Formats: sequence, structure tokens, C-alpha cells
Amino acid sequence: MADRTSHKENPGGLTPRAAGGPAVATGVRESVDLASALHWYRQMVIARRFEEETERAFRRGKIGGYLHVYSGQEAVAAGMLAELRPEDIFFTAYRDHAHALFRGAPPGAVMAELYGKATGLARGKGGSMHLFDVSRGFYGGYGIVGAHIPLAVGAAYALRYKGTDKVCLLFLGDGAMNSGGFHEPMNLAGLWGKEGLCPLVIVVENNEYAMGTSVTRSSAVTDLASRFNQYAIPNERIDGMDFLTVRQTAARVAVDVRATGRPYAIEAVTYRFAGHGAADMFQPYRDKDEVETHRRRDPIVTLEHRLREAGLVDDAKIAAIQAEAEQIATDSVQFAEESPAPPPEDLHAHLYGEET
Amino acid sequence: MPEVIMPKMGDAMTEGKLLRWIKQQGEPVKKGEPIAEIETDKVNVDIEAEWDGVLARLVAGAGDVVPVGSPIAVIARPGEQIDASASARSAAPGGGAAPAQAASPQAAATTAHPRRPAATQPAPDAQGQVRASPLARRLAEQHAISLQAIIGTGPQGRITEGDVEAAVSARAATPAAGPAPAGPTPAGARDVALTRMRQTIARRMTESKHTTPHIYLTASVRMDTAMDVRRELNDRLGPERKISVNDLVVKAAALALVKYPNLNASFIGNAIRHPGEININVAVSMPDGLISPVLHHCDRKPLWQIAQEAKALAERARAGHLRSEDLTAGTFTVTNLGMFDVDVFAAIITPPQAAVLAVASAKPQAIVKDGHVEVATIMQLTLSSDHRVTDGAESAQFLREVRRLLETPASLIAEGI
Amino acid sequence: MPEQTYRDAIRSALIGEMDRDSSVVLMGEDIGVYQGTFRITADLLAKYGPTRVIDTPISEEGFVGSAIGMAMLGLRPVVEMMTWNFSLLAFDQIVNNAAKIRYFSGGQVDVPLVVRGPNGAGVQLSAQHSQSVEVFYAHVPGLRVVAPATPADAKGLLRTAIRGKDPVIFLEHAALYNIKGEVPDGDFVVPFGKAEIARPGRDVTIVAFSRMLQVALAAAATLAEDGIEAEVINLRSLRPLDHNTIITSVSHTHRAVVVQEEWKPYGAAAEISATIMEGAFDLLDAPVERVTGADVPMPYARNLELLALPHEEHIVAAVRRTLYREAASRA
Repeated sequence: MADRTSHKENPGGLTPRAAGGPAVATGVRESVDLASALHWYRQMVIARRFEEETERAFRRGKIGGYLHVYSGQEAVAAGMLAELRPEDIFFTAYRDHAHALFRGAPPGAVMAELYGKATGLARGKGGSMHLFDVSRGFYGGYGIVGAHIPLAVGAAYALRYKGTDKVCLLFLGDGAMNSGGFHEPMNLAGLWGKEGLCPLVIVVENNEYAMGTSVTRSSAVTDLASRFNQYAIPNERIDGMDFLTVRQTAARVAVDVRATGRPYAIEAVTYRFAGHGAADMFQPYRDKDEVETHRRRDPIVTLEHRLREAGLVDDAKIAAIQAEAEQIATDSVQFAEESPAPPPEDLHAHLYGEET
Repeated sequence: MPEVIMPKMGDAMTEGKLLRWIKQQGEPVKKGEPIAEIETDKVNVDIEAEWDGVLARLVAGAGDVVPVGSPIAVIARPGEQIDASASARSAAPGGGAAPAQAASPQAAATTAHPRRPAATQPAPDAQGQVRASPLARRLAEQHAISLQAIIGTGPQGRITEGDVEAAVSARAATPAAGPAPAGPTPAGARDVALTRMRQTIARRMTESKHTTPHIYLTASVRMDTAMDVRRELNDRLGPERKISVNDLVVKAAALALVKYPNLNASFIGNAIRHPGEININVAVSMPDGLISPVLHHCDRKPLWQIAQEAKALAERARAGHLRSEDLTAGTFTVTNLGMFDVDVFAAIITPPQAAVLAVASAKPQAIVKDGHVEVATIMQLTLSSDHRVTDGAESAQFLREVRRLLETPASLIAEGI
Repeated sequence: MPEQTYRDAIRSALIGEMDRDSSVVLMGEDIGVYQGTFRITADLLAKYGPTRVIDTPISEEGFVGSAIGMAMLGLRPVVEMMTWNFSLLAFDQIVNNAAKIRYFSGGQVDVPLVVRGPNGAGVQLSAQHSQSVEVFYAHVPGLRVVAPATPADAKGLLRTAIRGKDPVIFLEHAALYNIKGEVPDGDFVVPFGKAEIARPGRDVTIVAFSRMLQVALAAAATLAEDGIEAEVINLRSLRPLDHNTIITSVSHTHRAVVVQEEWKPYGAAAEISATIMEGAFDLLDAPVERVTGADVPMPYARNLELLALPHEEHIVAAVRRTLYREAASRA
């Protein structure tokens, strides 16, 4: 079960945080949160429907290669991105469909990219693992576990170097924390952070499994948040299945990082309902019961309860949102199906910025 | 896309001229129908369609000179779409910088067809490979020197640029290196352009005379018995298989070559190459020159078969329907001017062969036998042979064997039947 | 024309670019406080400050990756590889990120990154510190790979590299840092993909790059004493490769010798050889010769190290083979 206590390690001398308790987060900005939370509830429902649609398309042979769906983890990306400004940027790995959608990419363009069509976000050149939407601050979309991490560190440096107060968000998984590609840039982040040159919000999406190996079997130290202490990066662990908790944390952290230019790490404990990727159908590494248990903590359902309690939604509203999500997902598939494949000359396009 | 390519109609042929299109673009064609006429080194030939279809695109025009193996047209088979791009060769992704020079991929599939030589291979020089750098080959061709005549000093006998240049200089050093340079046509004179055949003959015969040291031997053959036997055979064999005097000579030569294989060989610079087959070129006179199609394996074929094939060859030659196998792999030549009443003549060896047998007319002559004069039918044979491969004594023995076989024709027949 | 050392040419180019464009930043191990292991970046920390001259911890994967991230956001980082051997630790970042991000994002982002440093062997640094890595990178679409042989090359190519939009593998050579050469005044650049005829000739084409150019020129001088005039091509650029200059030259000389310091199998000379075959097959009088380093990890002992590297006499012998004049030699 997820441990909800927060850790606070601030060797760099930042203002200490109030420790969150084990109960469901309540409090300060609740009414404001809930109103805009409805918007995000809708986004999460759309993302969930979208991911189900991608799985269906994959089984029908319309999507090739790898497909890593986000179902179950929506609260993390939604909560974090809800607090990002339009001019801020972010990086993630390959489980990136929901991130693109939450940031405002048209669902049709995302589905078209998965279908490998010319109208895709990356013109069909990247596929599921390489969604990019630079105009909306989304810098990819990467396939090698952990290898995107230094990119985000450097990008954060560039934001400060240019004198902006923009923030860079970095999503990574529990598995990436064990790669060499994590250690080196985290050291740089901590180092540069001391000069205020690394405005990086690090979000570890701990879904308890690195591909098919559980955190307990792959990490010598399973308290993932605490491992950032080695890099002088302040950190905390939160419940990643609760949108409101994630969002509140994001708000607080973003303000801090933006002000100081120092990195901060959030371990969001979450769970993915689907396999690692589409090929991971039988999931021999975990129990059906375990998955069912976690389904009872579905972040969409959790938020729905909160919204109902606050009187912001009722059955009709929920049904309407579901129908809308259904329609959006279906429309995105239709758009993708009807879009053309990239023309043959695109094979050699976009390789170099300059021809010689 | 089924391409029609310029076929290789002779060992040394590198290009041919498209004389005219028999079928036009867009016309339907049937397999076996002639679609174009081409002029090659040796002969004018019709190209036949290899598939049913439509003559979709003409790639070469009348009068164009096209390298062997290059496409001259495209036939679309029923149901096929014409490719918009000129050739499907560059379809490979990441296509290379250099455009493909080799023949179309169809060539591999068509090597089995006698009319479509394997155009993807570089022109082998006569029988088999000669090692020469690409540059050397090019230079040799430009200077009209056969690589067979050049000694290679590179590794494994490779002929190099230097070797070709040395051969060119050596040739230039000999007197009468070439025809006098032509000045303006004097008044009253008339210049006639050379046909490809004439050009080729001029070039090859000159080269032969310059590079091959010829020796000449003549023998007089008593043909009385042979004529009698021939008449008898022809009565039995019927018009289709009529045996000519030349057929007798060809068979005699073939059997004699079995005993004297050097006369069947080739000088290749650092060795003498024995081809392992006896294939005899039989000269056929044509309106504008001479052509020598090949009878294969003459030593193994019975006389009547040689006669039949020789007849068929001559007909094909005159009709312009010779196939490439009719013009390749010859190892010895028999040429006959008997029908012109010539008493005796000497022929020029066709490179890279080692010898040629010239047959003059068989006529009644006075001879001396046992001390008194008799009349006999005498035919003079003159052998020209390559002194790099053989010598006078061996040539004489070969010629003596030919005479023996002709004067006792039972052995000609017995060998073959 | 003024002369500069190869080192100073690089250094002055860096300074010029940093003055010209504030988005240029330098990163690398010991480039700041230590003044740079080859002193290329000496005094630059004091001049530009630690935000622009970043001393990195020993973490090639981390700092090359960070540099890529910076480049994606519009900075122009010039990363110093202390030696190119260490780049293998950052190979994934260079090959999977720097080379490909522009492509798999559908052109949404450029990676104007330059990685520079000394490549190659020659001073008894043993197997792990003596490699030539050009082939690993020249193989990868999305990268540019250059290897300046002269001070002028170094300066002109570095400017092109820093000002361009694409990731550049800039291969210097420790043995060249002290050589002097003429360097034009002013803001000249050397474009990528243009080789230089370092010495015109008519009898054979010798193709070389980086330190091997000097060796090739020495061989050409020796051959000239025997009446053999070699045309020597200084490639400068491996990707893109200047096919035209190579083919045009070999079309006239009819024979070629390609020289590389690195191991023979699958090396740059193999690529150049194939290029020559594709473009000038009919005009070749001899197979293309490859003069290369020995196919072994670099040994430590000086005599063995010398045996493992190509020298002038190897080039001379190869040229003679192409001319079928192996036996001949000057009395």
C-alpha cells in the first residue's frame, strides 16, 4: 500500500514544508480546486477512453511497435500539468499519450501519430514513444529508459541561463531511477541547483513496476524519494492516485522551484492497470487480485466521488462527460484512419537542420 | 517491368544500332513476333517479343546506337501498369549516388532464353575471363586491341594500363600501322560510309594481321572418291540433308583437330588455351560482306547432321535471323571460295582462333600417278595457322590428316554414323 | 598570411564565437579552473564566468545529455571531450538522442550541439586512451563528423560547427595541437563536405584526414623524388563526405590510396574505397589500397605502438603497388 507520509529533506536550506498526514488531503484551497478540478476530471476521462481506444486499435493491427498506456496513472500527469504555466516545458519517457493530451494536443493528432500518419504530432516520424509538441512546451517522448533525464536537466539550465522564470517538469519512472542515466544528471541537477540554475520539478511516477520487475525486486533502496537526498535535491512522497493531492503539491512545488531555480523531487505513488506495454498481456509478475485492489482506487472514480460530494456533478453530468469522451476518442480514430501516410520523400526529411 | 534489351549477338559486340521499329509504341505484340530490326557487328537481326503484351514504351529511336544490355523498349504484360519513372532500377531506399549501369533485373531471368544473353556480365573476351583492370579494358577497346593479344604484367597476369600502352606503342612501331589519313574527297571520287559489319571486318582483320604471325600451307586433295560417296549419300538422304563438299571438309577438319588440338586452341598471352570443344565457323557470303556462323561440336555430329545444320545456318544468316549462340564460341574456321572457281587462296585467321582452312574449287586436273599422267578431281586446301601456337611441322601433319580423311571418306562417315 | 598553432586556432575560434553569440556555452571536465587539459580553454572561466564555462563532474552520459537538452532549448553548447575515448560513455546520448531528436520529432526541434576533443593515438596512452572513433559516429545519420588536419581547417570548421543547427562530432588530434599553419584573417569559414586538394598531382590520389594528412604529404614528397606525382586530398569532413572531389581526382589519376590511423576492418577507408569503386570503377587501373593502423588494441611499448600506426613508408609502398612499380626504387 502506498505510504502517504511526506519526507522533507532540505539540506540546501529551503523553507520547511508542513508534513501531510496519512489521511486524504483536504484543506486550504478546496473550493477553488474543485471547480477547476471538474475540467481536469473531464480531461482524465478523455485520456482514459483514449488509451482504451489505442489498445483496441493496437489489437486490430492499426498501431505497430510498442504501446505504453497510462491507464490508472492519470492523476499524476493531470495534477502536475494542471499547475504548469503555458510557457513552462516538460519531458517524459514513452508512456506519454496522456501527457500530450493534458497539455492540449488535439486527440486526432495524437492518434494519428500512433497510426503513423502524416497528420500525427511528429508527422508520423516518431510513433507512440516519441510524441513531441514543442509549441505547447512538450519536448518528448523518449524510448531509452532514463536517457531523457539529462536532457531535462540541461533544458532547465537553459531556461535559467536565458533569464526566464520558466520551469521544466521531468517525468520518469521508478525503473529509470536505477539507470546510470539517472545518477549522473541528478548529480548535475543538485550541483547546478545550488547556483539556482536548475528549475526542475522531478516527478517519479512510481507505479511499483519497472517493466516486469517490481520495485522491491529491482531497487536496493525502495524509498525512492529519499534517494534524491544523495544529490541535495529536496523531495517528498505523495499519493499519486489522488488528483487533488497531486495538484496541491504541484502548485506548492512549482512556486518554489520557479522562485529559487533549484530542483525538487516528488515521488508520486501510483499504479498502472494495463501491462507495461501492449505486448505485456499476461503480466506474469503480478496477481490479478493485486490489480483489482488497485482498481478500487481508480483516480477517476476517486475524483468523481469528491466532485459528487461537492455537488459539482451528478449522474447526468457524468454520463454526458463519458459520452463526450467516447465521441472524442472515436473521432480521433476516424481522423487517424482517414489521414494519409507520410509521403515517401519524408523518409529523408527532417534529418538535418541545414543541408550542406 | 519487362524491358527489351539490346542483345549480344557476338563475342566482341558491345553495342548495336536500332535500324527501325517494326511495331510502334502502343501496339499489341505477341510472343515471337518481330518488333524491331537491329544492326550488329555481324549481321542485321530482328528482335522478337518475348512476351505477349503491349509495346508500352520505346526507349531508343531508329538510328540510335545502344550498348549491349541496355533497354530499347518496354513491353507491358496484360494487367501491368507502366512505371512512370524511366527505370525501376533506382527503387532501393537510400539509393546510391551512382546510377545503375548494369542491365535491368530482368536480365537474370532471361539468361535461359537463347536470344537474351546474360547482359549483366561484362563482355568476356572470347572463351572465358582475362584479368585486366577496368581501365586497361577500356583502353584496349578504344585502341581496338584484343586483350588476348596483350601480355599482362600485373598480379595474376592482370593486364594493366601500362601493358595496353606498351601494346599500342608496339603496334604503332610496326610499319603500315594504319590506313593513310583521309584527306578531302578528290573530284570524281565517291566516299561510301562503312556499315557496322564492314567496320568490324576492317578492324578485326587488321588486328589479326598485326598481331598474329601467320604461316601458310597448301595441299592438293584428290576428291574423286569423296565426290562419288557424296553422290551416293545424297541419293539416299534426300534434299533436306544434302551433303556439300564443304560439309565433308568441315567434318574432316573436326576429326583432324581431335588429333592435333593446337590448331583448335588460342594464344592468350601467357598460355595456350584449349577450349575443350570443336566448334567450326563456316563462312557464308552476304550481300555486303561475310559472316561466319558456328557449327558446334562438329567432331561429335554425324555428317548428315552437319550438313543439315550448315544449311539451316546459312538460311538463317541470309534471312537475318541468326541467334547469339550461332555467333559465339567458334574455335576453327572453314572458308570456301570454290563456287567462284578459285584455284587456291589463303585466308586471314579470325582472332582469337589459331587457324583457318581455305577451300578452293574442285576441278579436273592432270596429275602424275605411277609415272604417267591421269585426270583427277583436285581441290586445293590452304591452311593459315598462328605460329605462336603451332609450327610448320604440326600444321603440315594436321593438313595431311585432313587430306587423308577426304581421300578415304569412309572414315568420315564411319566416325559419325 | 599570419600563422597560428592548431591549438590557438581552435581557442581563438571558441573565443570569437562566445563573443559573437551569448548562447554559446562551454562544458567539459577540467576546462575551467584547471585551464583545460590541453589548455585550449585556458583563462576562459575568468573571462566568461562559470555559467558559460561549466566544469563538469566526470559523467559523460550526464553532461553530454544535459548539453543536448540545452541545445534543444536554443543554447549552443560546445562540449569538450577530454579525449574521444570517453565519448563511448555518452554514446547512447549522442546516437539515440542528439542524432535522432530532430527526426523523430518531425522537425520540431534542432540540436545545435558541438562535441570536440582530441581523437587518435601516438603517445603511449595504451589501449583505452588511444582510439580513433570517427567510424562509430560517421555511420550515424543525423550527425556531422569533421576532422580538421590544419589550423585553418580547425578554425574554419569549428565556426561552421558552432553556427550550424546540427550536432557535430569535431575530431581534433593531440599530435596536431602544436603544429603551425597559415590561417586567414577575418571571419572565414570552412563548409562541411568540401575536401581540399592539399597537393595536386597526376599519378595517384592519396586520401587522408586529420594527422594522417601530414604523413601523406611527407610520402608524396618522397614519391616525387622518383618522379611519381601524387595528388593528396585532405578530406576535412567525413560526414558529409565530398564524393565529387574524390571521384574527380581518381578519374584523372586512375589509382587511389586511402590512409587512416584507425583499425582496418569497417573503417573510413572502406567507405571511401566503396565510393571510389561506385564512382570511378571503369577508370581504375588497380584496386584501391588502404593504409591503416594495425588491427589490435593499442599496445603500450613504444616500439609496438610505432608498429601499430601507419607511416610514410607504408603509403609509399601502397602507391607503388598501384603503379605496379614495387621493384623500382631510386638508387
